[in-house]
Amino acid sequence: MALDRWIALVILCVTLAYGYAAFFTMDQLLPPFMQRNPIWPSTFPKVLAVLAIIAALVILLGLEKPSSSEKTPDIDYRRLGEYQLIPALALLGLMVAYALLLRPAGFLLATVGFITIGASILGERKYHILLPVAMLATGIVWYLVEQVLGIFLRPWPFFLGVS
Amino acid sequence: MLDGLLLGLSAATSPYNLMMVVAGCLIGTFIGMLPGLGPMSIIAIMIPVAISMGDPSAALILLAGVYYGAIFGGSTSSILLNAPGVAGTVASSFDGYPMARKGQAGKALTIAAIASFCGGTIGALLLMIFAPMLSSVALLFHSAEYFALMVVGLSAIAAFAGTGNVAKAILMTLVGLILATVGEGALFNMPRFTMGLMDLQSGLSFITLAMAMFALPEALFLVLNSKKAEQNSEGGKIENLRISREEGRKIAPVIARQSVQGFFIGVLPGAGATIASFLGYAVERNIASKDEQAEFGKGSIKGLAAPETANNAACTGSFVPLLTLGIPGSGTTAILLGALIALNVTPGPRLMIDEPQIFWAVIISMYIGNFVLLILNLPLIPYIAKVLTIPRNYLIPFILFFTLMGSYIGQNNATELLLLVGMGICATILRFADYPLAPLLIGFILGGMLEDNFARSMQLYDGFGFVLDRPMTAGLLVIAVLLVVVPSYRARRAKARQAGVADGD
Repeated sequence: MALDRWIALVILCVTLAYGYAAFFTMDQLLPPFMQRNPIWPSTFPKVLAVLAIIAALVILLGLEKPSSSEKTPDIDYRRLGEYQLIPALALLGLMVAYALLLRPAGFLLATVGFITIGASILGERKYHILLPVAMLATGIVWYLVEQVLGIFLRPWPFFLGVS
Repeated sequence: MLDGLLLGLSAATSPYNLMMVVAGCLIGTFIGMLPGLGPMSIIAIMIPVAISMGDPSAALILLAGVYYGAIFGGSTSSILLNAPGVAGTVASSFDGYPMARKGQAGKALTIAAIASFCGGTIGALLLMIFAPMLSSVALLFHSAEYFALMVVGLSAIAAFAGTGNVAKAILMTLVGLILATVGEGALFNMPRFTMGLMDLQSGLSFITLAMAMFALPEALFLVLNSKKAEQNSEGGKIENLRISREEGRKIAPVIARQSVQGFFIGVLPGAGATIASFLGYAVERNIASKDEQAEFGKGSIKGLAAPETANNAACTGSFVPLLTLGIPGSGTTAILLGALIALNVTPGPRLMIDEPQIFWAVIISMYIGNFVLLILNLPLIPYIAKVLTIPRNYLIPFILFFTLMGSYIGQNNATELLLLVGMGICATILRFADYPLAPLLIGFILGGMLEDNFARSMQLYDGFGFVLDRPMTAGLLVIAVLLVVVPSYRARRAKARQAGVADGD
């Protein structure tokens, strides 16, 4: 089964769960006076769930014939191993780490680390250029966000004692 | 209209707004030139900045400037490197790159700049004429018609969304609508589908979704496909920017025709700059004389001017449905709509009456923006093209960092970043399987409005009766169904699909 039909299957499962929630779990919670309303919070989701299930089934069962002329995609997922998969995954992991560390480690440390490690994952080895660039960029962005836009970003770990 | 023009002129020429135009055009040109970053990603990255400015007209002016700049920058990289940064400028590389190979890169860039300028300016002129007309018609619409109109818009986008697979586009639209129902609706004050998570109480943030759908997959694709980025190392010399009078006479009619054609294609929902530029190229090739026809594809100046004019005119055209109906016709205008809503401005027919200064300031800023692009970029082109030599080892971490930053400062919530990464991975997988992502985002942005209008008409008519009571609503809904059914029916009969891409605009 091709990837697009696997995706349709996954979406179908999600919409089935969504539809179940809309049809069977939401209406009991409704206070009685709202039940006299012609529209309930679940009305629109019900319609969406039905339509989405139909659309997912159309793809899953292959009712719509894909056109014969195959265009070459940017990335052919069947040969994923031939691409730079490891750096891509490493960068995604780095983004998750950044998300988790942004508050505990503070903005400045987390960001300099993110840019430096990100560039080294991609093969950059000239650290004497990379580190100053990363620090400068971090400083500029921090200044812009904090001073110009007026959004508070905790610069250092345990700054102001808030965790 | 004259009052409006003056009002817009006074608003748009304030030093602050002028600065915004210039800044937007410059940023757009710089980033748009980088291969792999389209206008959608750039605007998505710029949105947090625009929203925190607080002044809706300045924000919209900035974003519109970024949009033109991105389209212009995209044509620079497709001419110089044959590496279009934007789907809308693919057609420009057909003739632009051969010209650059022949040593006429400077001339090609000049033609592109002039064609873009004319397309954008004539487009803005047409916008000024047609938008007020359309919005006075739109004032007659009720919530039932609005609901139907949005359904028409969504199904038109799904039907035209390029890859030819209507079911996939519809499914993506529906997923977008479903995502929009997560959180607390204004109408009911009841959390829905939050799975008990406090972080989902206020719904998903559209900035996060926009970043996850466009910027993140594009960056990941750049990482995965390192060969594509390596092509860029060759840098051509750019000199001799002048075009002769004769050449000017040759491309003038092309520019005139394509400005009008491109504009009207841009107005249609779903058919954006990409379709306009391909169609413009095809039309001009067909009506050119025999000798000129042979030149197309080998460096014809007409073949370069046509798509360049058309895609800029179409960008302007796509503002018509956004500003008059509040319904975005393309991914980019959908992101703009989201930004406007975040700034507490609801685009639609009332925009011209309630906040004329925004409406007219945007139109005036289009002229100024086009002018700035022409003046600023012609002499600066050789220097700007240096951007293309930024090593990707630096580029990619910064793109990723800006997507993270954008969604963090929107919500000030680290959970948002995990959501961003998760949805970005999903979006990348969806792109592998050729699912169009723009319908998802448009569905998500329109979802709230769609449900509000639906609920309002249900309450007014006490049930589904509004569909039958209002002939216009029924008619629009029928059109929506036809839009979806007819193409897939025809695709079944004639299995061959015409080439068409509309993903990038």
